[in-house]
Order: sequence, then C-alpha cells, then structure tokens
Amino acid sequence: MRYPALALLTGALTAATPVLAAGPEFTVYAPDYFASEWGPGPKIEAGFEKICGCDLVLVTGDVLPRILLEGDRTKADVVIGLNTDVTLRARESGLFAPHGQDLSGLTMPVTWTDDTFLPFNWSEIAFIYDANRLKNPPATFQDLLDAPDDLKILIQDPRSSVSGLAMLLWVKSVYGDKALEAWQKLRPKVLTVTPGWSESYGMFTDGEADMVLSFTTSPAYHIGAEQDTSKRAAIFPEGHYFMAELAARLKSSDQPELAEKFMEYVLSPDFQGMIAEANWSYPSKLARDQLPAYFAALDRPERTIFLSETEAEALRKPALEEWLSVFAQ
Amino acid sequence: MIAGAAVIVLVIGTLAVVAATAGGLSALGPWDWRAVRFTLWQAALSATLSALLAVPVARALARRRFAGRGLLITLLGAPFILPVIVAIMGLIAVFGRNGLVNAALAPLGLGPVSIYGWQGVILAHVFFNLPLAVRMVLHGWQAIPAERFRLAQSLGFTPADTARHLERPMLREVLPGAWLAVFLVCLTSFAVALALGGGPRATTIELAIYQAFRFDFDMGKAATLGLIQVGLCLVALLLSRRATVTAGFGAGLDRDLPLPAPPGWRRGADTAAILLAAAFLLVPMSFVILQGAPRIPALPDAVWSAAARSVVMALISAALTLTLALALALSVAEGRSWVEAAGMLPIVASPLVLGTGLFLLLRNVASAPQMALPVTVIINAVMALPFALRILIPAARTLRADYGRLADSLGMRGMARLRLLTLPRLSGPLGFAGGLSAALAMGDLGVITLFADSRNPTLPLQLYQLMNSYRMADAAACAVVLMAISFALFWIFDKGGRLHAAL
Amino acid sequence: MLRFDRAETRLGDFALSADFSVAAGARLAVIGPSGSGKSTLLGMIAGFVPLSAGRIEWEGRDLTGTPPGARPVSILFQDQNLFPHLTVAQNVGLGLRPDLRLSPDQRQAVVEALRQVGLQDLANRRPAQLSGGQQSRVALARVALRAQPILLLDEAFAALGPALKTEMLALLRRIADRDGTTVLMVTHDPDDARAFAPETVVVMDGVAHPPMPTGALLDHPPEGLRAYLG
Repeated sequence: MRYPALALLTGALTAATPVLAAGPEFTVYAPDYFASEWGPGPKIEAGFEKICGCDLVLVTGDVLPRILLEGDRTKADVVIGLNTDVTLRARESGLFAPHGQDLSGLTMPVTWTDDTFLPFNWSEIAFIYDANRLKNPPATFQDLLDAPDDLKILIQDPRSSVSGLAMLLWVKSVYGDKALEAWQKLRPKVLTVTPGWSESYGMFTDGEADMVLSFTTSPAYHIGAEQDTSKRAAIFPEGHYFMAELAARLKSSDQPELAEKFMEYVLSPDFQGMIAEANWSYPSKLARDQLPAYFAALDRPERTIFLSETEAEALRKPALEEWLSVFAQ
Repeated sequence: MIAGAAVIVLVIGTLAVVAATAGGLSALGPWDWRAVRFTLWQAALSATLSALLAVPVARALARRRFAGRGLLITLLGAPFILPVIVAIMGLIAVFGRNGLVNAALAPLGLGPVSIYGWQGVILAHVFFNLPLAVRMVLHGWQAIPAERFRLAQSLGFTPADTARHLERPMLREVLPGAWLAVFLVCLTSFAVALALGGGPRATTIELAIYQAFRFDFDMGKAATLGLIQVGLCLVALLLSRRATVTAGFGAGLDRDLPLPAPPGWRRGADTAAILLAAAFLLVPMSFVILQGAPRIPALPDAVWSAAARSVVMALISAALTLTLALALALSVAEGRSWVEAAGMLPIVASPLVLGTGLFLLLRNVASAPQMALPVTVIINAVMALPFALRILIPAARTLRADYGRLADSLGMRGMARLRLLTLPRLSGPLGFAGGLSAALAMGDLGVITLFADSRNPTLPLQLYQLMNSYRMADAAACAVVLMAISFALFWIFDKGGRLHAAL
Repeated sequence: MLRFDRAETRLGDFALSADFSVAAGARLAVIGPSGSGKSTLLGMIAGFVPLSAGRIEWEGRDLTGTPPGARPVSILFQDQNLFPHLTVAQNVGLGLRPDLRLSPDQRQAVVEALRQVGLQDLANRRPAQLSGGQQSRVALARVALRAQPILLLDEAFAALGPALKTEMLALLRRIADRDGTTVLMVTHDPDDARAFAPETVVVMDGVAHPPMPTGALLDHPPEGLRAYLG
C-alpha cells in the first residue's frame, strides 16, 4: 500500500471486527452493555448465526431514541434490551410488529400477555447492602423510611435511569397518596442521586453508602464471579417493583422470517441458559433448577409489583413532579 | 474563514435539523428554567474560584525554579484531561464519606464534610478546571518578555510595583479569557453535576437535554435548550471581550531569563500555593492509580484493543482540531473577530444535539455503525476546538504583531510562511493545544451512545461496559489505563511542541 | 523616480498627506516630532498603511494595491528585523526566496553577503546569540541581497552606540552606492541626517513636506521643527 500510515490506521480501527459470517445481514439494535465481551451480545451473535445462516450485525446505543429518530427507514430488523417503562411509547410509534411467540411457558412472577414486546430477562429493584458493614438492614420499606438519617442510600435519577424510574413507580405503588411524605422521609438518607446505575453502584462498592438501589439479582454477580456472599438484597414485605428487558420485531424489516426466528431464539434454552450470568438477572423462560446453583441463595421477595404500561404512564408525570418537589429543595 | 463558517454550519445546522425533525421548538417548564439558573450560577462560581485560585499558583510556578518544576507543571494539567468518571472516583476517594479528608477530620471531632450537593459540583469543577486556568495564567506570565522584568529590576521595583505595572495588566488581559473558558466548560457539565450534585437541585442544561432526548423523546425541547446554551455562550463571549484589555508588552528576543523570585514571606507563600495545588490536584489521581493499578495485568484483551483504537481516533481528532484551530486563529489575528466567536461556539454546543443532528443528516448516507467512528472523531475534534483556539489566538496575535510586517515585507506567503514562520513560532502553543485535544478526545464518551459501534468500542465506552457488568475492579484498572494514555498523549504533544520551540 | 501623487492616509483622526517626488538613487532623511507620522510615511511606501486618496508611483508604476512583499522595497525596523527561530543564514536567505528553497548559487550568494558584512563565521547562529551590532549587520546583509531599488529605514540603528551607528551608516552607504538604491531614513539624530542624507523630508502637522537640502534646513529650521530639534 502506498500509504503505510493509512493501512495501519485502518487496521487499528477495525482490529476487533470479527470475520464476517456468510449470508444476509440481520441487524439487531441493543443497549451498550450488550456489546462487551462479558455482556450477552457476543453469545447472541454466535448462537443465532449458528442457526440462521445470516450475518448478525449488533448495533448498540440508545435503542428506542434511535428507532424513533429513524422511523420506518430504520435498518434494524429487531431490537433487544428495551425496558418495561418505554413499551407504551414504543407501541404508540406503530413501528413494531407482533412477536408471534407462545407466552404460556414464561417463568416470571407476573403474567405477561403483551403480543408485541417479548421479555427475555427480569428482576426486581431492591436495595443492596453489605452484610459485613450493615448488621441490621431495614426489614421493611417503612423501616427504611423510619431509619435514622445517618443510614445513607444511593439512588438514581428517574429522568435518566430506568432503575431510578422504577423506584419512582415503586414508591408510588407502595405509598400511593402518601408517596410525597415517603420521599420526604427518604430524602435525608439519600447520599446522592446519580445519573445512571453504574455510578451509584461503583460508589456503593467503594463503601460510600450503606445501601444502593439496584436489583434483587445483583448479589448473584458477587457470589458467582467473586465468591463474595456479603452483598445482600434487603427484601421488603411491601413488595418489589418488577423490571424486564424486552425484544421486539420491526414492522419495516424486510426479513420477517429471520425476525420470527430471532424471537423464537430469544425464548430458546440456548439463549435463556446464558442470560443468568451474562445479564446477572433471571431468564424469562427457564426452570429454576436450570439456573446456576448459587441463584438459589438469592433472597426472593414474596410480592412482586408491576404496573401496566398505561397505569405506569399515568403515574409517571405526577410522581416525577412529586419527586422533583422533594429533591429540588 | 472557511473553517469558521464550517463550524457555525455544524453547530447551528445540527440544532436546526433537530428542531426541524421535532417540528419546531418546545416551550420549557419550570424545572428547565431552574436548570438554566443553576447552570449559570454554578458555572459562574466555579469559574471565579478557578480563576482566582489560579493566580497565586501560576505566579509561584512562574517565578520559582526547583527540581521537577517542568514535570509538576505538566502533572498539574492532568485533571483537566481526566475522563469525568475517573476524576469522580478519585474525588470520592479523597473527599467522600469514606475518604481521606473525613478520615483525618474524624479523630479531631470534626466533620464529616459532604462532597454531595452543590459544593461537590463546585469542588469537582474547580478540580477539573483549575489546571486549565493555571496553564492559561502561567502562559500569560511567560508571555511577558523577560526583558520587562529585567527593566523592572533595574528600576528597583518592589514585588508590589512589579505586580502593579507588569502583572496586573497581564492578568487583566488573561483572566477574563481564563474565566470564560472555565465558565463555558461548566455550562455544559453533565456527568459531574449528576454524580455529585445530590439530585435535581443540581440539574444542568446539558442534563436536561439528555433527559429530553432519552426520556421525554422531546427533540423540540432539546433544541430549545441547545439554543439557550448557544445564546449563553455568545453573551459570555461578548462580556469577556469587553473585560479584556490588551496588555501590549511587545516582543522580546527568545532569551531564557529567569523571572525575579522575591525572597521572604513571598517564598513561603509561593511554596504553600504550589504544595496545596499539587495536593488538591494530584492526591485524588494517586488514589485512582492505587485502586486500579494492581488489576491492570488482569485486564482482558478487549480493553487493549479498545485502547489502541481510541489512541488512533484521538490522534486523528487532534490533527483535525489543530488544522481547524490554526486556520481560525490566524484568521482572528488578521482581525476577523467573528471567527473567534464561531470557533468558541462548540464549547456550549451540546454534544448530544450535535450528535443527533449529524445522525439525522447522515442517516440516509451511511448506517449508524459506519458513521460511529468518523462522527465521533469529528465531534471530538470540534468540541476540543475552543480550547485549542484559546491557546492559539493570543499566540497568533503576538506573532502577527511582532513579525507580521517583516514577513509581509519579505513576501512570505502561503506554505512558505506556514513552514518558516507560523509553525516554528507557534510550536509551543500548538503542542499544548494538540495534547489537550488528543487527551480530551481520548477520554470522551460523547456521542458514542448514539453512534456506538459495538464491535469497535472506544476505551471510555469499554470502561462503562465494565461498570455495567458489575466489574468495578476492572473498571478501576481500565480507568488507570485511560488516564495513563490520555496523559501520555498530552505529555508527548506538549513536550514535542516545547522542545521544538526551544530549538 | 518615487512620486507621491497627493497621497493621503487617514487613521481615525490622524491624517498624513504627501505630494512630491524623489529622484531615483536619492538619500533622504525623514525627521519630525514624535507622533508626526514619519513611520506612517514609510508604511505608505512599504504597503502597510493603505492610502485613502491619491497614489504612490515608482518609475511610473502605481504601487497602490501591490502587497508589501511584491513592492520594490526593503524595510528595516528599529527591532524585530530578524526571526529569532531561524539561523543567521536563513534570515539572510529569506531575502532571495521567502520559502528558503535556495539553489546552490543562491546559497553561495548568502555566504557572500554575510562575508561582506563580516559575519561569515556566524552563519549558523541564531539572532539571540548575536550582539546588537551583529544583528543589524545581518539585516543589512539581507537588504544587500534583496537589492530592491528602495530602502526604508525606520530608526533602524537608533539602539546602537555612536561608533556602531557610524559603522552601519558606512556599510549602508556602500550597499546603496553599489546598487544605486533610493534610501529614506527616519532618524531623530540631526547628525545622522547631515552625515548621510543630502536632502531631508520634514513630517509635521499632518504633511510630509517636499525634500529640502539637509544642511540649510538644519541650520535654519522652521518654527515647529526648531522646538523639536531644541
């Protein structure tokens, strides 16, 4: 090549590009975390390419904003990794097609009947604590509200984080008209509100706070990857708010057969079997005994709270105003 | 001039495209206005603190000579180029509930002090921007020809006289620019505000834009907020232009004369200023290194290929920034002052609006993964432009004032002038600006979420992926790698420029 | 012939006009009170100061609109005549080619020019390593090499001591005689004017007056000039 520097540059930019699989391109939009070698992305790519005779192209980023920007000209055939809190907005866009899957065998604590958005994993939000540091964690949500103010917790902003938004709906579901008072009692215990989950979780592992808003399945990572059993989820009898991640087909896809096949693949044992350790959450369709053994050690809430998308949407704005009025003081 | 127009088109054009796609601008709610007010307030406070604190530190560095001074000056520049997430890790290690400061205060029965809240935002902003202000003020000191100080000495000036006749006029010229630069950086602050702000009290405009995109899907609101940011930029720029008074020291020959170093209590004060600044800026970074370094050997290969990719992108980005900045700075020096405003625009252009606008513009031309790396490079280059300009414009003006007529009379034009006059005379500031651009591009997550290409993540994206996979220890190690590379890039450029200038 | 044809410039409330001719090869001193516009007059010829009216011609050719580097003019300032980052030889070489891509012949010419000012051994030094007199000689070597028909000196030797200044003026005269150069020299020193310039242009009250014999002028200066000369 005439320009060795250019060759070097091109090489460096594309070094990590895997050898392309044969067949037509099949485009999947997914959130950022899918792409890392520890996330589910590479496994999905390898697994699906084995059965589809296609070249799966994983495009990561902000899934729904991007789809809404692109409209029916999007190159995506399917999306994966949408959250339960955006289904209404996504549905109203009219860009998505029915998934066509049988939902009877799902292993989730809530009944799922949505014919457009197909869940592939789930968990509930919960406060995680370190049992070595916090000997007497609050036993109920009310205990948490009544705890002394030097118990410090970390939460996420409902305007920029899905777990933060779930917390908003959680408090609203548990306390209803008393939600404002609940937030007012919680306020002095909140060390800080972070934009995303990862920032507050990082602060928690650094020992900055006693509890962090995360997921009932978070301790699984520490047990499975670090053999650390000290991280526990505080389970409240008031119930815990449910969150699932979803896959969906695009109407505009010109490869509907492949898209259908992908939806099937999402519920297949191959896909479901890797979710527990790739997502550190519960797979949506996998018997308990097929999970890694240590998942059995996770504390489970007795009650799982879940609002329909219309209920959630109706609550979102007023709940956010309430939250802002407390936290903007 | 063309470069200036291109920047305007890019900034305003993307804003217009976003607004057009939304079908117009949306009105703002009370929370949005609150964000605007908070943004202005914290930016003004952060800028004032950074600029004021920079003066004693820069003066101490300018007039004292000690072993390791050059290294210290370079090191003190480091926080500015630290990726936000890395810096926050370090600040929490020092000022957090479990941090060094509270550990030291507890036995004295004091504290705890809290880093969370507006004070945390200001602390972090000063941490990030004090280095920028110090460097700008230090440049100002060094730009006073040594001959003037010699003259002052021969006239028997006391340090107070020197301050009045030489240093204060210089500060009058340099400080408004430094203040403005910090103010503008803080205007667009995003992650800092949310991680340490303690909640929506500390919402900034950029965060409101992010929320408008991500959660409200309200591009009209994003465009309105973006427009407000640009408007604030122009107002700030105008104000600072009013406040700037050219000191007019004229040129000196390139002799390396040390500045007078007054003895007595001033020596103690200078030492204290240097030590305090070094501790404030360097201890948090040391903590990041201590936490992360042991894990580095265990980092997966993906981190290293991401690092290589980020380095290449940062280099291309820096080359682009320097080309643009040099063209703009020379044009400004020739008296086209609107070009300066154009070049400063990107500092408050929301990267999110910029990215989304480009995405909308290019969506029919190329697919998102194809666009990811080039668009990231372009946006990083444009976002670094204002800093490069701040450094290059005064240098270009001085160059023109000192040697413009001589070069004109000799008929030096075009490439010959660039090669024989501009590049060698500006190599110092060019190296500094290049290092800054490369390092900023290296640490920027920026538009990557809109344009991410999963097969080719950049190093900051990789860091977030690690955090999102619970791998906090690996993330800490990755942060050290990111910091080391950013720093190395900056150092190589800066050193290269200064070596060349010293020839 | 250098002709000022009702040439006029305005910079804010400052104005300067000139309407006279200077014969080719003439040596002129330019004197006048501080701030009267001596440097402005030189700037008009060199092309740094745009004319607001009239024109300046050299040998019948209108110079208006010609960029400074393309005018038949060399100019020396009080300081900043040399680029500090270039060597002595490079600074001189710029007089031949502004891009310094010199042919072997041109390199030889640079060496020769430096030899004539006695600096052949310092060709690779930088200006900061030279004395003030040596720096002036480097600048003169470049003037000699450029061999432009007009040479403008804007207090070029004002900073030098009397002995050095005499030496420079002698060197200047040698170069100007060889090439038949037209020289305009701004100076504050009446002795320099007497020693070097048979004729003198007085710049005063917004007007550059036509050249007059230097001796007579300095012996019987007009009112405003008398105050300045003291």
